Amino acid sequence: MSETLAHQHEAHDDHHHGPEHGIKRWLFTTNHKDIGTLYLFFSFIMLFIGGAMALIIRVELFEPGRVIINPEFFNQMTTMHGLIMVFGVIMPAMAGLANWLIPMMIGAPDMALPRLNNWSFWLLPFAFALLFSTMFMSGPGLAFGWTFYAPLSTTYGPPSTDFFIFSIHMMGASSIMAALNIVVTIFNMRAPGMTWFKLPMFVWSWLVTGFLLLAVMPVLAGCVTMMLMDRHFHTSFFSAAGGGDPLLFQHVFWFFGHPEVYILILPGFGVISDIIPTFSRKPLFGYRFMVYATIIIAILGFIVWMHHMFTTGAPIAAQLYFMYATMLIAVPTGIKVFNWVATIYKGSLTFETPMLFALGFLFMFTIGGFSGLMLGLVPADYQYRDSYFVVAHFHYVLVSGSLFAIIAAVYFWLPKWTGHMYSETIGQIHFWLSVIGMNLTFFPMHFIGLAGMPRRIPDYPLQFTDFNQIATVGSFIFGIAQLFFLYIILKSCFTKSKQHLPDKVWEGAHGLEWTIPTPAPYHTFETAPIIK
Amino acid sequence: MQHCIIRFIIFCFCLIATTVWGAVPLNMPVGVTPISQDVYDLHMAGFYVCCVIGIIVFGVLIYSLVKYRKSKGAKAAHFHEHLGIEIIWTTIPFLILVGLAIPATLVLAKIHNTSESALTIKVTGYQWKWKYEYLDQGIRFFSTLTTSLDQINGKMPKNEWYLLEVDNPMVVPVNTKVNLLITADDVIHSWWVPDLGIKQDAIPGYINENWIFVTQPGVYRGQCGELCGANHAFMPIVVKAVPQEEFNQWVISNRNMAPISLAPMKESELLALGKTEYEKNCAMCHQNTGLGLPPTFPPLKKSRVTTGPVNADVSFVLTGVPGTAMQAFADQLDDRTLAAIITYTRQSWGNDEINKRHNQPTVVQPLDVENARQSNKK
Ligand SMILES: [Cu+2]
Repeated sequence: MSETLAHQHEAHDDHHHGPEHGIKRWLFTTNHKDIGTLYLFFSFIMLFIGGAMALIIRVELFEPGRVIINPEFFNQMTTMHGLIMVFGVIMPAMAGLANWLIPMMIGAPDMALPRLNNWSFWLLPFAFALLFSTMFMSGPGLAFGWTFYAPLSTTYGPPSTDFFIFSIHMMGASSIMAALNIVVTIFNMRAPGMTWFKLPMFVWSWLVTGFLLLAVMPVLAGCVTMMLMDRHFHTSFFSAAGGGDPLLFQHVFWFFGHPEVYILILPGFGVISDIIPTFSRKPLFGYRFMVYATIIIAILGFIVWMHHMFTTGAPIAAQLYFMYATMLIAVPTGIKVFNWVATIYKGSLTFETPMLFALGFLFMFTIGGFSGLMLGLVPADYQYRDSYFVVAHFHYVLVSGSLFAIIAAVYFWLPKWTGHMYSETIGQIHFWLSVIGMNLTFFPMHFIGLAGMPRRIPDYPLQFTDFNQIATVGSFIFGIAQLFFLYIILKSCFTKSKQHLPDKVWEGAHGLEWTIPTPAPYHTFETAPIIK
Repeated sequence: MQHCIIRFIIFCFCLIATTVWGAVPLNMPVGVTPISQDVYDLHMAGFYVCCVIGIIVFGVLIYSLVKYRKSKGAKAAHFHEHLGIEIIWTTIPFLILVGLAIPATLVLAKIHNTSESALTIKVTGYQWKWKYEYLDQGIRFFSTLTTSLDQINGKMPKNEWYLLEVDNPMVVPVNTKVNLLITADDVIHSWWVPDLGIKQDAIPGYINENWIFVTQPGVYRGQCGELCGANHAFMPIVVKAVPQEEFNQWVISNRNMAPISLAPMKESELLALGKTEYEKNCAMCHQNTGLGLPPTFPPLKKSRVTTGPVNADVSFVLTGVPGTAMQAFADQLDDRTLAAIITYTRQSWGNDEINKRHNQPTVVQPLDVENARQSNKK
């Protein structure tokens, strides 16, 4: 199987063409590097849109009372911010990294299914255009949070909800195709000698993530389809009045939603596992255990969804089971953190920007893990649930976790992609501003959450004012920090005079992608390398 | 780089220190029920466990970051595997987790013990208010936010209990086990009072059971804990815990309420009552200006309902619009209040001129509302 596929590709690429010119290059490309670039730029644009919405939210929360927007629009902002960051930023960025890196890491000439690859990207701009269009519809926009619980989104959902449902379907189709492509590529396109336990951690993480996506994106599609049926075809899946069950929605949603959080973080684990050894100049400690831990996290991720629903009136037996299963996930996650620390221990460390972001990840993701562990304790969860404590928790794992991993990956591989070394000074400024902004924004949220501030409120009682003001200031520092990142990316991508960088850009780097020239040529590994 | 980190940490401590001085709440409240006390202890146990693990992990990490720098001539070691240590750091965290799971399980079993209660209150969430029904005492009332729109919009200074004050608090006796049957009428809400250690989702079609046992008299405040639409932030929960005798008095004075009089009211009386009741029950959506917040909350100024036939107007308010935030007010407000509100809305914001031009009545009496109620029932 793998041989036939590989041969077909060699035949296809025989005439050694470079990229086409103009817009056609990007519309019709089947090149994994082009598609990776498209994904990454798309994600970057979405980061600024979703970030701007976050800033609007933070301005409204700067002090009690109405500041700039009304409660309805505030809910639209939180809804769109969540949907954009999850489906428009983190997932496409991870898919972009996979596209760029997996073929280069396993010694393949391209992805296994290049045309599917093009389609899976180009669905996204249309899906998000549809999603954004709801904000301009005469009925109100989407205001039910990114979790769109029924019946707020079914019986009480505005007409624009139908556009949202279709948009989710398109995003889901895109993700399923991307995941399928990645899994097929990793199974069939590895260079001779690239055995399973020689795969870089990034590839392993994406393989597991691919299976997670294939398993749960159809569940999300089922969930929104049931919503559509309830809204228009007189079914009552989620309506108690018709004999259905509003809690069924939450079960279906979180059966998708919990694996989804591992979809968002696992590729990040992979990135960190490749960057830390590079700048420690020491191989990854416990590689096999890292692989096993990834797989175990993924499997456990399927059987803990109800920990998002502890306050819904679940019976004690269900609560106990889901509490124990949830706490169990801390074990493989702990193994990962311990192994990263052991990799750093007795290394020969340097602190270039990718390493700084990886270390930021290590510190702050661990803090997010701690609050996650506390959230798993059901009785305490009664107090934490739907408070700002939860907001703090998931921003620690998603911003300083997934997003920092993506930023670290971009700094790490950008020289290989563009042939241009970023300015280390600006990179460091970007890092320190991000860390300060991130912690000022989200650390105080632990306190106001514990003190009783619910999430998703546009206005709050007076005792929460101080910490909200700190958070707003922090969010602007974080936002401004990303402008340095924007500058670095644009400079690297559009600088004409290229420096002469070595193939192996980083002294301690390992892996096939560092054996090809810098910048990476349009076609790589047309003849498969032999791995000893 | 270390300097930056150290400076940042000092900065954070200063920040926290100043706010603690300002007596800003930083932690989960210990609360006033046995459960809230247990939950607090469990929360602190979890927190301390995390602190200890954090100190060890971050300690080793920071030590390594300082000690093994290439710039200081550190040479990388070559080890990359050790089965023994992997087993150790799988087993020890597992045992710590078992240690945390045991108290959590015990507290959870306590929470689920809803037997032997002396009083049962049914709590129903609405967009955006709570209804409390004392099932054995025959008392039933709605509890609505009293913070005025002017305070929210910054036209008036904010009170101490801004957004945490209601017209009718839920009253419970102290040192009594009170069962709560929690449900919702429209979308999902969540009944959350941090000081009582309870958060229970209110789900339409479900009745969730939970209980409280308040040990100290006082007023305890919370907010809706599940996104329930535009005014999710504006449906607080206030629980007043009083000694048993005071509670008995409260029951007596609230049980024997005189039936609502259907006698005609003066126009000025209707308008005065209408204005206060409108601001309490309607203004959060339709605004004091009657302009609403379109498109979700339509304006009442020059609307087809408030300037249309009066019978249609009354039955519209009584039955509401299913699937929207416009509720059926028949069960929520009495005839006098409804008559006053409808009169007020038919005369305000220039609606009176339109109504007069079309010879539509601008005054609605309690009896009109009662008649509409009866004909709706048929
Ligand atoms: Cu609510």
